[in-house]
Amino acid sequence: MTDRDRIVVIGGGHNGLVCAAFLARAGREVIVLEAAAQVGGAAVTREFTKGFRASGCAHLSYLLDAGIARDLKLASHGLKWARTGLKTVALASAGDHLVLDGGKLESGTLSESDRAALAAYHAQMLRFARVLAKQHNRQPPRLGGGGRSDFMGAAKLGLDIRLLGRDSMREFLRIAGINIYDVLEEKFESPLLQGALALDAVLGANLGPRSNNSILALLHRLSGQSNGNNGFSLPEGGMGAIGEAMAAAARAAGATIRTGSPVARITLEGDVVSGVELENGEKIAARTVVSNADPARTLLSLLGARHLETGFVHRVRHIRMKGMAAKLHLALDALPAFARLPAELAGERLLISPDLVYLEHAFDHAKYGQCSPEPALEITIPSVHDKTLAPAGKHVLSAIVQYAPHDPRASGDGPRRELLEHTLGVLERHAPGLRRQIVGSELLLPADIERVFRITGGHWHHGELALDQMMMVRPVPGAAQYAMPVTGLFLCGAGCHPGGGVMGAAGRNAANAVLATERAA
Amino acid sequence: MSIKDEMNRKEHFRKAVWETPFHPRTSALNSVNEWHRWKDYTTADVFFDTALEYAAIRNACAVFDLTPMTKHLITGPDALAFLNRLVTRDVAKIKPGRVGYCVWCDDNGQVIDDGTVFHLREGVFRLCSQERQLDWLSRSAHGFDVKIVEDTHEVAALALQGPTSCAVLKAIGCAGAEMMKPFDIRYFPFAGSELMVSRTGFTGDLGYELWIDPPRALELWDALFDKGENHGIRPMGTHALEVARIEAGFIAAQVDFHCANQAIMLDRSRSPFELDLGRLVDFSKPNFNGRRALLEEKKKGSRFRFVRLDVEGNKPARSAYIYDKDKNVVGTVTSAEWSPSAKANIAYASMHMPWGRPDDELWAEIYYQRELKWSRVMARCRVVEGVFWDPPRRRATPAADF
Ligand SMILES: Cc1cc2nc3c(=O)[nH]c(=O)nc-3n(C[C@H](O)[C@H](O)[C@H](O)COP(=O)(O)OP(=O)(O)OC[C@H]3O[C@@H](n4cnc5c(N)ncnc54)[C@H](O)[C@@H]3O)c2cc1C
Repeated sequence: MTDRDRIVVIGGGHNGLVCAAFLARAGREVIVLEAAAQVGGAAVTREFTKGFRASGCAHLSYLLDAGIARDLKLASHGLKWARTGLKTVALASAGDHLVLDGGKLESGTLSESDRAALAAYHAQMLRFARVLAKQHNRQPPRLGGGGRSDFMGAAKLGLDIRLLGRDSMREFLRIAGINIYDVLEEKFESPLLQGALALDAVLGANLGPRSNNSILALLHRLSGQSNGNNGFSLPEGGMGAIGEAMAAAARAAGATIRTGSPVARITLEGDVVSGVELENGEKIAARTVVSNADPARTLLSLLGARHLETGFVHRVRHIRMKGMAAKLHLALDALPAFARLPAELAGERLLISPDLVYLEHAFDHAKYGQCSPEPALEITIPSVHDKTLAPAGKHVLSAIVQYAPHDPRASGDGPRRELLEHTLGVLERHAPGLRRQIVGSELLLPADIERVFRITGGHWHHGELALDQMMMVRPVPGAAQYAMPVTGLFLCGAGCHPGGGVMGAAGRNAANAVLATERAA
Repeated sequence: MSIKDEMNRKEHFRKAVWETPFHPRTSALNSVNEWHRWKDYTTADVFFDTALEYAAIRNACAVFDLTPMTKHLITGPDALAFLNRLVTRDVAKIKPGRVGYCVWCDDNGQVIDDGTVFHLREGVFRLCSQERQLDWLSRSAHGFDVKIVEDTHEVAALALQGPTSCAVLKAIGCAGAEMMKPFDIRYFPFAGSELMVSRTGFTGDLGYELWIDPPRALELWDALFDKGENHGIRPMGTHALEVARIEAGFIAAQVDFHCANQAIMLDRSRSPFELDLGRLVDFSKPNFNGRRALLEEKKKGSRFRFVRLDVEGNKPARSAYIYDKDKNVVGTVTSAEWSPSAKANIAYASMHMPWGRPDDELWAEIYYQRELKWSRVMARCRVVEGVFWDPPRRRATPAADF
């Protein structure tokens, strides 16, 4: 094997690690170059206040592909669960919370018809989500590809939709293009239930409940539950534990992983990849470069527009990839007391999204460059289940805060202070006294996420997951098969099919694409 | 000045179509008052008689107002790199003071437009195009340190074409113009300003294009017509130029090919190979728009073939279908004229592969009207190698005095 036979993976996010592990298992010499000091990318466990650790961006595991976890033996590489199957609590400021376990109401007040509708809705959404889940481990068909595998790919997708049965298929096609607001209005009476269910459709997306594509975003989120996953779960040691286990699996298969090694550029010889150059000037030759960085960063900064064609560059530049989710981490000296919520439920998944209009209003502000004055929240207090995150008796609260614009109209630290203030206000309303328990805090706006995690736009999925940016047109038409137009360059991150969330499917599909390309050569 | 400022200055909202800086003279000479719109400007179809104007191109010299042609000034450290990614040929080979004909493609290797790159001075380029290209050029500029200005209205331009053109140039003070080789650029002092002369044109004859500041435009025109009188100089309109263009073998955007970025149907656009412009495609460049698709086309074969036809009879085969001997449609004529110089009925056609081989038996279906009655003839066509009109004086340097 020569230097040139090497495969370099840029980025040790979970997808980069999965990709590296599968390539190493196939006998390739693989080097992962991660810019940050630790692996895991947007799913890492970081100390944000002395003695307190929280999961950087991703804080719940619900999409991790069970097949990948099994193939890579993540359990034997150290992955343990602090808690699986978290319930969802829709917090009501008046205290009449709804506690949900999937489609079942465990406690709280809902009308008879809402209860029945909830069960039916949950079952139906899962059925639809399964259609998406089935595509996760397939390379999307090539548009106009005309090849046998392209035809089969398209045919399988059509078949999966058809197999829903006539009525379900009609319903799937009806709602896929509309929005969660209309669907929930149609099915439910309880504003609190509507608000909570809608939050799952817009988390991480640049969408309000009335935006189209929100149904697809929801189905993507639910797709994990049909991938043999344990629902909303917390790894022991935070989300970083998943990446650590993947890194261990990759190393065991022979891959080299170097952290603190930011790549400055992808080098070419003619129009073929020849390797990478690190920011410190070091050059590493490689026949194949697989990038876990987002598509815009990979293609426009690391490779450079001039090595690509105008139309392709134009499409990449216009991928919608501005994040709207902020991330809050609080170090607390005691377990917060949510009004009328039994203490044993404080460790479940807590949602603050009291109704559809509240959520839409929260979005409206961000749409016009302001942070939501009344943000919606998805809260976890993982320290309830995992003693490794905070000193004994103390806690960490991790919350996804929606919405925060990527380019706030105000500059400087203003928007961050403002959103922190708003968020703490909302939290205090539900958990009086919480402010006094805070011993440290961190709020990451999308621009901070962009900087810290090197995700252009700071978007959850490295690019909006929407009808025009998914499957065979993700990240852009003509590049949905992981291979980029430049020979030897591949993408393997959330920006590719099937999208973001800690899943691993993009990484594995990309590894398969690399191996298939080698075989074809 | 930006296009917007220019539009505002010219009060485009009051007057949609402008007059070129030569209009005071061209309008005085246009005895038949026939005009049409060419982009932002009104332009003469004919001044007196197309045949006489054509005869001037081939036997003396004729002047054509080129001002409306879309022009862009491309500067900045990456100007060359930008152009090389844009067009299919190697612009590095167009040295300062030289001009090159080129085409540019979309990602699918389909021709967006053709035009000329003028390497005005080291690192400073002018790109002239048939269609407006600022949108595509600006899009293509992402990632390059380059400045692109459409300067169509800042440059007045004339084509001076025909055997006596060099003599006229020398007479207006362009000493040494005869030493210019085809595609050379030279600068001459003129009326306290600078006159740029390029040995280029659209007629396939000895000829030049003259580029000057608009305020000096009339002085240039007057000098040409003053000194040119004894050399048979005449103004020409687009009709005469069109005959010369087809004789000379030049294709025209929107006539012989549909610009790829305006094509909706997949089979409406053409690649450079399908326009017989393969010589302009340089695969030794590592990247340019359309490269991958064109390599693929090289491997798989083209869909169309561009041919020049000699058509039986004397009725121009405009827009005619071309048939094989079994009466299947195998191509379409894109341009056709009676060629006075070649004494032939000439045409360009886009043929479906594999048609258009030298020995193919081809027939053009020509419709014509006589006294309001339509008739049809089927005319035998012969595929011609090379162009219809290519006199040695087109290339001879030094240019002879005629
Ligand atoms: C606020 C927020 C909350 C989220 N919450 C959840 C959640 O609860 N559950 C869930 O499943 N998902 C969640 N997500 C989504 C999830 O975190 C991401 O989709 C996922 O982590 C993406 O993984 P990845 O491996 O594709 O890319 P990343 O994790 O982004 O990894 C890319 C890696 O590439 C590295 N890199 C980039 N450029 C270079 C370079 N030039 N040189 C070297 N290395 C480079 C980066 O440092 C990074 O480590 C959340 C996202 C956000 C933003």
